[in-house]
Amino acid sequence: MSEAYIYDAVRTPRGKGKKTGSLHEITALSLATQSLQAIRDRNDLDTRSVDDVVLGCVSPVGEQGADIARIAVLNADYAETTAGVQIDRFCASGLEACNMAAAKVMTGEADMAIGGGVESMSRVPMGASGGAWSTDPSVALKTYFAPQGIGADTIATKYGFSRDDVDAYAVASQQRAAKAWEEGRFRNSIIPVRDQMGGTQLDHDEHMRPDATMQSLGALNPSFAGMGGMGFDEIIKQRYPELEKIDHVHHAGNSSGIVDGSAAVLFGSREMGEKHSLKPRARIRAMASIGSEPGIMLTGPTYVAQKVLKKAGMEVGDIDLYELNEAFASVPMLMMQLLNIPHEKMNVNGGAIAFGHPLGATGAMLLGTMVDELERTGKETALVTLCVGAGMGTATIIERI
Amino acid sequence: MNLETFSFTIDDDGIAHAIFDVPGRSMNTLTGKAIGDIIAITEEVATNDSIKGLVISSGKASGFCAGADLGEMGQSAGGGKPESEMTEAELKKLQFDRGFSLNKTLRELETCGKPIAVALNGLALGGGLEVALAGHYRVAANDNPKIQFGLPEAKIGLLPGAGGTQRLPRLVGMQEALPLILQGKSFTAEKALTMGVVNELAPGSETVSRAKAWVKANPDAKAPWDEKGFKVPGGVPHRSPGAGQVATFSNAMLAANSYGNYPAQKNILSCVYEGIQVPIDAGLRIETRYFINTQQRPEAKAMIRSLFLSTQALSKGASRPAGFPKYQLNKVAVIGAGLMGAGIAYEQAKAGIETVLVDTSPENADKGKDYARKLVEKQVGRGKMAADKGQALLDRIHPTDSYDDVKGADLVVEAVFEDPELKAKITQMAEAQLSETAVMGSNTSTLPITGLAGASARPENFIGIHFFSPVERMGLVEIIRGKDTSDETLAKTIDYVLAIRKTPIVVNDSRGFYTSRCFGTYTQEGLAMLAEGIKPAIIENVGRQSGMPMGPLEVSDSVGLDTALKVGRQMAAATGVDYSSNELGQMMAWLVEDQGRVGRKAGKGFYDYNEKGKPDRLWPELNTRVEVTVDECPPALKQEIKNRLLVRQAIEVARCFEEGVITDARDGDIGSILAWGFAPYTGGCCSYVDLIWGIEAFVAEADRLADTYGDRFRPGALLRDMAAKGQGFYDRFPPAGTAASQAA
Repeated sequence: MSEAYIYDAVRTPRGKGKKTGSLHEITALSLATQSLQAIRDRNDLDTRSVDDVVLGCVSPVGEQGADIARIAVLNADYAETTAGVQIDRFCASGLEACNMAAAKVMTGEADMAIGGGVESMSRVPMGASGGAWSTDPSVALKTYFAPQGIGADTIATKYGFSRDDVDAYAVASQQRAAKAWEEGRFRNSIIPVRDQMGGTQLDHDEHMRPDATMQSLGALNPSFAGMGGMGFDEIIKQRYPELEKIDHVHHAGNSSGIVDGSAAVLFGSREMGEKHSLKPRARIRAMASIGSEPGIMLTGPTYVAQKVLKKAGMEVGDIDLYELNEAFASVPMLMMQLLNIPHEKMNVNGGAIAFGHPLGATGAMLLGTMVDELERTGKETALVTLCVGAGMGTATIIERI
Repeated sequence: MNLETFSFTIDDDGIAHAIFDVPGRSMNTLTGKAIGDIIAITEEVATNDSIKGLVISSGKASGFCAGADLGEMGQSAGGGKPESEMTEAELKKLQFDRGFSLNKTLRELETCGKPIAVALNGLALGGGLEVALAGHYRVAANDNPKIQFGLPEAKIGLLPGAGGTQRLPRLVGMQEALPLILQGKSFTAEKALTMGVVNELAPGSETVSRAKAWVKANPDAKAPWDEKGFKVPGGVPHRSPGAGQVATFSNAMLAANSYGNYPAQKNILSCVYEGIQVPIDAGLRIETRYFINTQQRPEAKAMIRSLFLSTQALSKGASRPAGFPKYQLNKVAVIGAGLMGAGIAYEQAKAGIETVLVDTSPENADKGKDYARKLVEKQVGRGKMAADKGQALLDRIHPTDSYDDVKGADLVVEAVFEDPELKAKITQMAEAQLSETAVMGSNTSTLPITGLAGASARPENFIGIHFFSPVERMGLVEIIRGKDTSDETLAKTIDYVLAIRKTPIVVNDSRGFYTSRCFGTYTQEGLAMLAEGIKPAIIENVGRQSGMPMGPLEVSDSVGLDTALKVGRQMAAATGVDYSSNELGQMMAWLVEDQGRVGRKAGKGFYDYNEKGKPDRLWPELNTRVEVTVDECPPALKQEIKNRLLVRQAIEVARCFEEGVITDARDGDIGSILAWGFAPYTGGCCSYVDLIWGIEAFVAEADRLADTYGDRFRPGALLRDMAAKGQGFYDRFPPAGTAASQAA
């Protein structure tokens, strides 16, 4: 098996995922197209060498439907010989797309491939693709289906994270995010989104709330108490009878925001990089996905991290930087607690609580963020992971070159 | 046509009229014969060119049809012996064809190309409503106060299998249809009209003529779902986001409320969810497959037998000894106007019985009547009882402190404290006023009746009448025969219980009788788990999720922890255990004697209670006394705890059979459900053993639990013998009056 190298990574800034968000008037196709064009243009790629483009997208219907990856390839004026495939592993779609692109390179199926993702949550709302899990009684009942927020609150209850604990985590995330922007840590990878005239529509993450404090967060109402009262608390207690009550601690301020955005990561073999005079920035050490208990849904990162570390022959302490999607504050807090990871190594530049979580794109964004951060700090290894709907986890370990 | 359950005529306009009238019954049900007749009528209407349309009505004043014949269905539920020669595929096809026959016929009727109208003079429930829904037009009586519609199948573990899960949602939408089918609640004619379940209301005497007029005026009638461009009201999952939400929340509500214990309701959801996404012909096939799947579950057989057939039989006096005339109860005295006595007095007065309520002073007696006053006020206030009826009820309760007023009573219920001496005194004082034929009953939950009868001059007239609290809400009465109690006294007492519209079970004398003794094992097992270090929330959640109405600790709080401590000490003394040195005994003593946490009545026990007396939270400091060693409950442990809680109760029930305390499997089942809320989906403790486990598997599991947790789980000689012979409780202790009991 040959090595897969990361040659470049780009991402759009994240626009607020609502009608007033800056990217609402930009199509999902345009977002995906602009990431593909940027990665081509920055690297002066002859796209005839790009065998395949794998894009994550979690609501692949409407304008995001019918294989948006191939349509974006065509719209970005890539060579028509470049294939495209859209995949869905819920919140880890973007990382899974990168893992698949890397795997294609490793197995020799492709010499050069792009992984990435796109989600315009303002234009194609979350849940638009429907699905059987919650609606079909044959599966909903036996798997204790409950919305993700209930799972996040269940993690907090079961592992003892109070409202103050999760709010403190959220404040730190906002502060880290603000500092990262101030210091220009994302400068290398953010590509401004262009409007229909070619002008700049958005050049910064617009969901951030750097002024968030314990007091301001403390004023927010829990988001999932109502859902819990409609039966979901009682359901989750059937899987976790040890919980007397579910403590509803999550709210809009300590959960990931709804945003629009896209990302792309360029993978290739060593030979293909040399042929195109590209400098490899990082190498894939290991990749993995797992299934975990679906009711609580969001505990997968710990288990997939253990699995991917084992595959890489590494220990928790061997990793310099951890990047775990901040779907909800309790998710990274749980992994830090279970794997004994210091906060200094986890989500050093903030996360989705500050930036938002464009579902299909986030995983690729996190991977790119870690490439940048390893280069900036001179550190060696990073582990990127996300919790995933229906109880899964996907992870990737990279090593700076 | 050779019809038995319908008459069939054709008028001069070519409109056929089928009148449903099952001979020899006061109410129409869909017997096998009736279904055969519907098939014949359908064929006739479809093929006879001179017939222009059909009106279906009922020949019974009681209404249209009460649904399937559960007597017949109870026989076939649970799947008979597989036809041994058949392959699995052949057998499945046979089962499907049988189950589909009524669906197929009703669909043929619906699509025969001629208008079909149904005149509903009275109730149409279950299969009755399903037949009506297959017509194109329904006229219901607006002058019959007893008229009601509904699909109650889910209440007894079944699902509507004659199109109800398909036609009702297509008529009224998923959101309105699902609760009606899942909960089986009935609704009025007005509600039916508002929803569109019926099309017109008319005086009962005109329903047939209106139906005929409609048939005449609408020769091209079709069901809405056979019209081009038909859309289900409120939409369909995956085509309408709203309908998707309805599906999601319906699933959640069912999972939250039933803990997944009721396969019928899950299958109803599946029928609607899957069936509504496809054309109705496919939907009906899906419904039949889920119907058969449901019918073959042990829960269905258990629930039909216990919740319908047995409850109905006992409520009609199935265990009453034959040969005694019906006992007239003109006057009944209740002695002791406390909570129980007051409740009993209220129930008697409600049933029209003149009631003397005796206590030590007129004030105390009147306080007991206040209980009835409050209940009446509440119901009158809510419009559930007419003011004059309420007053008449209260006028039948005569509070007094004089035993002279007991004179002439046909029956006495003594309901004072559980004090044998006091009870003896009262028995003698009351009997002094009674005729030689009057019944002397004692409402006690634990004291042996034979002992109490020692104070009686006429022990053959003496009997235990054990009511449950709160009397007005609990439907069961446990009748206890003392050693000398006569058959005649038992018959009279059953007549009394039926007169106040409660369900009697009959047991023999023993400490704690049947219900109090077995009920205690649930809480005892919960307390044992607590002492083992299992986290209280786990015990409580799994208790409820097993189908019990409350967790064992909450039940203990309701009974009173002081009582539990007392009983525990008595039991320990009786069995030679040093209660003061074992973990459980020490914990209970600490709770009651050091912490003053005596239960709900004090607002604090295992739980802290709010001002409304509802449990607020488990007392957090409980864990300072009992170290929690098991604080996670994965599915395997959950199953283990569930088995401990339920098997322990069933083992005690088996011991009651072994000791002759109880002699009838039907009494065992109904007693366990109605007295202490034993998981109803099991059909009760006996059916839990017979059907949910099977006798051999049950005995093996009990042995395993005994090996692990102690001999309280150990099966006795009776269970072993039953297992060796492959006999369930219903084989060994068949219900009185059934064919099996006569053979036995």
